[in-house]
Amino acid sequence: MKPAPFHYEAPRTLDAVLALLGEDAKVLAGGQSLVPIMNFRLARPATLVDVNRVDELAHLRKRDGVLHIGALTRHATLERSGVVARGWPLLRQAVRHVGHPQIRSRGTVGGSCAHGDPTAELPVALTALDARFHLRSRAGERVVDAAQFFVSHLTTALHDDELLVEVEVPPLPAGARTAFVEYARTHGDWALAGAAVVVAPGHAAIVLLGAAPTPLRAADAEAALAAGAGAAEAARRAGALVEDEWRAALTSSLVRRALEEAGA
Amino acid sequence: MRIGVDVNGRRKDADVEPRTLLSDFLRHDLGLTGTHVGCEHGVCGACTVQVDGEPVRSCLMFAVQVDGRSVRTVEALAGDDDDLHPLQQAFHEHHALQCGFCTPGFLMSLEPFVRDRPDASDEEIREALAGNACRCTGYEGIVQAVRGAAREGR
Repeated sequence: MKPAPFHYEAPRTLDAVLALLGEDAKVLAGGQSLVPIMNFRLARPATLVDVNRVDELAHLRKRDGVLHIGALTRHATLERSGVVARGWPLLRQAVRHVGHPQIRSRGTVGGSCAHGDPTAELPVALTALDARFHLRSRAGERVVDAAQFFVSHLTTALHDDELLVEVEVPPLPAGARTAFVEYARTHGDWALAGAAVVVAPGHAAIVLLGAAPTPLRAADAEAALAAGAGAAEAARRAGALVEDEWRAALTSSLVRRALEEAGA
Repeated sequence: MRIGVDVNGRRKDADVEPRTLLSDFLRHDLGLTGTHVGCEHGVCGACTVQVDGEPVRSCLMFAVQVDGRSVRTVEALAGDDDDLHPLQQAFHEHHALQCGFCTPGFLMSLEPFVRDRPDASDEEIREALAGNACRCTGYEGIVQAVRGAAREGR
C-alpha cells in the first residue's frame, strides 16, 4: 500500500512541464485517481511531473460567452463558481456527484478528463455541452472535440508528450434546461449508469455514463426528441444502446428522469 | 527532498523521499499519530487533514506537495489547556464515536463545514460526512453532533 520510488519534478511554468513530458513521465494533478493506483503499485511511473504549482493552468473564466476551464481547476472551484452556476448549470449538477467533498477539494477537471474513466461525471457533462479540449506539447497546440478526445476505457487522444491545458465550453442554446442524474450503489461511489441532458427549442443532447468505454451520445434519442417525441420514447431509444438487460433498463429510467427534470 | 511546512501553526523542516505519503509523514516523521490511516486508497476518510484550510485525504497526497503550505491535523483542535473543541465536545455528548478510529477524519472534514454552514439541513450534513466511513455508530449520533455543534456556534 505504498508507492514504488519515483523521480519527482514540480515545475512552476507550463513550458517547464512540457519539457519534462515523455514516455516515462506521468502527470500528477489532483491525484485522486493516480495516487490510489500508485499506492496499489498498479502504476509505477519513473518520473512524476506534479503540475499543482503551475498557476497558469488554474484559471476559470468566461470570455465572449465561452467558458475557459484551466486543466488544474479543482472540482470544488467549479462547484462554487457563480459563473458556472449561472451559465453552465449542468457542470454544477454533474460535479456534485464526483466523489466526496475531500475528493473535490483536490481533484481537477483536467485530471478527470485525462484519466478517461467512462463512469466519470465531468467527461459525460462536457460531451453533452460540446466542449473542446486543448492539448499542448513542445510542438504546439491542437484542439479536439469530445468524440475525438475520449478514445476508450482509460484512453484519450493525449500523446505521451502532450498535456491537456484547457477545456473550452460554448454557451448553452437560448432557453436551454439541463439535468444530470446517475445511480451508484452507495453515495459517492462509482456510478453504474447515468445521463447528462441539455434540452432547448430545436436542440437536444443526451449523453450516457457507463454505457460504453467512453461517454456515449444517444444520437437516435436526441433526433427523436428534436422531432417531437416525448421523454419516454427518447429514454427507450437511449436504453436500447445498452446491451446488458438490467443496465439498459436502468439507463432508460435515468434518461427519462433527466429529461423530465429538464422539462422535455 | 528538503521541505518546509507549517503544521498546526509551527514550522517543520524535514527531508523526505518523494514517495512518502502525507499521512505517513505526519505520523512517522512528525509523530502526529492523531491522523489515522485506514484504507490508503482514498475511500474511508480516516486520514483526512486540512491543507490550506481545505479537507483532503492525506493518503492521496505526497509530503513533498505540501512544501510551503499549511497543514492542520486533529491535534490542533483542542485548546492548549486540553479543553475540547466545540465539535469534539459535541461528538462526546451525542455518542458520535465508539471505537474512535474514524473520529479524527470526521472532525477534520466537518470542522470547516460546521463553521461555514451553521444552518445546514440534515440532508446537507449527511452529504458533508458522506466521505468518511464509520463502522460503529450508524452515523445518527454524528449527524446529531454536527447539528449540536452548529447550534452552539450560532
